Amino acid sequence: MRRRRLVEFNLLTGVVLGVVGFYVGWWLGHLVKAPSLDYFDDTGQNDIALFVAYFTGVIGFLVGLGFANYPVQRMLGRPPSLREKETEGAGRYFRLCTDHKVVGIQYLIGIGAFIFIGGLNAMLIRFELLRPTHLAWNGNNYLTLVGLHGTMMMGMMTSGILGPFANYFVPLMIGARRMAFPRIEALTFWLLMAAGTILMTALAFGGFPTGWTGYAPLSEQANMGMDAYIAFFALVGLSMTLLGLNMLATVITMRAPGLSWSRLPIFVWGTVSTSVLMLLAAPVLISTLFMLALDRTAQTTFFDSQAGGSPYLYENLFWIFGHPEVYILALPGMGIVLELLPVFARKPLWGYRLAVTGMLGIALLSFLVWQHHLFVSGINADLRPFYMLSTELISLPTGFIFVCALGTLWAGRIRLTVPMLFALAWIFNFLVGGLSGVFLSDVPSDVTTHGSFFSMAHFHYTIMGGLIFAFFGAVYYWVPKMTGFELDERLAKIHFWVMFVAFNSTFGPLLVIGFLGMPRRVVTYAGYLQGANDWVSVSAFVLGASMLVFVANLVWSQVFARVPAAANPWGSKSIEFQLPSPVPVHDFDRIPTFGPDPYPYGGVEDAGFDGRRPVISPARPTP
Amino acid sequence: MWSSRGHGARIAALTVIGTAIVLPLVVFVLGPNMPPGKGTTVASSQVTDNTVLLVVMTPFTVFILVYLVYAVVAFRAKPGESLVDGAPLRGHFRAQLAWLVSTTAAVLFLAIFGTTELLADNGAGGGSGPNPVTKPGGAVLPVQVIGQQWEFTYRYPTYGGVETATLVVPVGREIAFHVTSLDAIHSFWAYELGVKADANPGVDNVAYVKPEKVASFHIRCAELCGLWHGYMSDTGYVVSDATFASWIKARQRQFAPIMKYLPKYATSYTPDPPFRAG
Repeated sequence: MRRRRLVEFNLLTGVVLGVVGFYVGWWLGHLVKAPSLDYFDDTGQNDIALFVAYFTGVIGFLVGLGFANYPVQRMLGRPPSLREKETEGAGRYFRLCTDHKVVGIQYLIGIGAFIFIGGLNAMLIRFELLRPTHLAWNGNNYLTLVGLHGTMMMGMMTSGILGPFANYFVPLMIGARRMAFPRIEALTFWLLMAAGTILMTALAFGGFPTGWTGYAPLSEQANMGMDAYIAFFALVGLSMTLLGLNMLATVITMRAPGLSWSRLPIFVWGTVSTSVLMLLAAPVLISTLFMLALDRTAQTTFFDSQAGGSPYLYENLFWIFGHPEVYILALPGMGIVLELLPVFARKPLWGYRLAVTGMLGIALLSFLVWQHHLFVSGINADLRPFYMLSTELISLPTGFIFVCALGTLWAGRIRLTVPMLFALAWIFNFLVGGLSGVFLSDVPSDVTTHGSFFSMAHFHYTIMGGLIFAFFGAVYYWVPKMTGFELDERLAKIHFWVMFVAFNSTFGPLLVIGFLGMPRRVVTYAGYLQGANDWVSVSAFVLGASMLVFVANLVWSQVFARVPAAANPWGSKSIEFQLPSPVPVHDFDRIPTFGPDPYPYGGVEDAGFDGRRPVISPARPTP
Repeated sequence: MWSSRGHGARIAALTVIGTAIVLPLVVFVLGPNMPPGKGTTVASSQVTDNTVLLVVMTPFTVFILVYLVYAVVAFRAKPGESLVDGAPLRGHFRAQLAWLVSTTAAVLFLAIFGTTELLADNGAGGGSGPNPVTKPGGAVLPVQVIGQQWEFTYRYPTYGGVETATLVVPVGREIAFHVTSLDAIHSFWAYELGVKADANPGVDNVAYVKPEKVASFHIRCAELCGLWHGYMSDTGYVVSDATFASWIKARQRQFAPIMKYLPKYATSYTPDPPFRAG
């Protein structure tokens, strides 16, 4: 029997303690006085107070959610009494809950909300660019919008697929009932929610002018909104590190009997390769931002060229994180697409080993290419041929993914369901993204395209055209399994076609506009580019509207219509579709065992995992 | 149902036909019009470079698109068909090998080609740091580009270090842009010249270019540098030797009274004030 508590720990107590913590930290920070900090007195700017406030605010938020309960109870020698393992009720979605399925759904909604905000910023940016001169936002607000859009997207989308779908489905796919570290799993989610809120507070402190890269020394000049950027990205980095660690530990140690590495579904491999990158790259980001924060508060001079530091140091460190980061965004998308194609082509994955090699090759090479972001910066100019080669070499493992995707289609029985449409669109978009990347990898060509709308359009093709399309493929494929309710197919098809056409109509012309000489992140541009920019803006608004179709579909079908989803609407042979919709709290009646083939399509009935015979008995009531 | 061999032959044929149609368009129509134009030696070689990249990409692109469309049309399940599995193919060694060999060949070719272009053109117009590994032979006209929030100024060290707000360079002479900054990181992008070099505080970033046509060109800052980054643009001019001589003489006369207030010419300058500007 549970003792009745004075206070229940949930999102509300988290927010209250978070706000209290923020103001306590704000007050504490203002107590710091030192001769070297007199500088702050007459500027009305106190970065120390703000950093302390963010720190104590996050601690308060986590304590309020109940993250301190377990360690405190154990230290006091009492049994842990947190309701973190509760099994039903809508309340568990608003609490610290360690069920991997609850965390997955929390991620989907929580991250989705922040990505929606990031998308709104993009709409406001495109509105300004309807005119070559000033239209709606002043320089500072425009740059803040650019920074918020870029930072929010790059931060949140790192966990855009791993957060909702890997947390939910990787334990199922490897036949485990939970992640290796369930409390850390929940922590990664709530850290991101704290981070996203902190980034939005940049608006209250004057915004920040640096975009998502935060290059010093501009970021050292900037006002207090910059601290929100630093705190946001450091928390995202922490969340990524823990997420990667947790995923790796889970896949390495918790695979069910018979599930050797070569039998893992390809989505698990996508998760593993992404996790390796997260675990190795994100700590670099945290350290870099720590140095930047010290430069801004304690007057260290890591990045100040006048006092022995170097802006190159920041650029180097940032991109040592930043290039693996873009593959942290790309690899889960590849995993999703290669997971979807066999289901809807009714074939085994073609070239399984090649695909795995491709993913691991991308993960390895992504650490060796970062200076291609700095081809014209004057840093290590003699090494440019090496970085040109290593960058172009990445097309080889990426090519493996392509050839495996194409090979899987060969002689299949292709059904153009909505998830399949998104997967096929991924092939097209990522092709454009990859080919435009070749121009950026080639130094003579990069001289024109670097820092232009071309490079911006290129990475939107790989991230939005790649990751977001794969994300929506996964949403339409898996959300009915997660919630137990179908998504409306007609609205989904409208969403897909509007999104696909509007996406290409937005970013295709941007490739050309960049080639014609328009730099990134500018609030004004040459008059002769207005026609093209207006076209792009209108397309972007249509693209935004397609997201509203999706939101309408989600709300309508999940809240109002509530048509129960079949257990296996796609005829998938993956293990999660052998379970009821939604997946019961305890996942399996018994731990399944696995055979040699993760994709037993094409008349090899006995080769797959044992789970195609029910791993959960229909007779048993699900709690 | 079409035979499997027929599929391969048809895709191959469509790829060859498609490439045969697209390739001439790329070489003769798109290629010569690729940016950044042919105003300078490096710009022309960038045009060549862009064309070569397009040519190498064309067969791969045509193949993947042909394959994708063909597969969706030919291998599509009939509407209402009950779930039928496709053939349990798990790979094809020779197809994978062919893919690996062809993409590797293309990638190595591009890397070698890009490197030769880079070295042959003395950095291809990109900022090559303080000591570029390849330099043009013969006389070079140095022009310093100083980025600051939020404008560029230009110094001519061989003309007494005179500093102007307008960039004017003579045609037909090898120019060395020495790009530096007083505050944040900027990037000096002279679009039609095919030049882009980051302006870092305390760094002398050199980019070589040889203008071949008398024309004006656009200059924009290509690295986010703060509040008025979007307004940091300028027009530069390539003029004849004689015009340049008279122009620089006029500037020297005009600015002679203020020359003593300018810092002595150096490859980088200490900004003032040294701390936060905004």
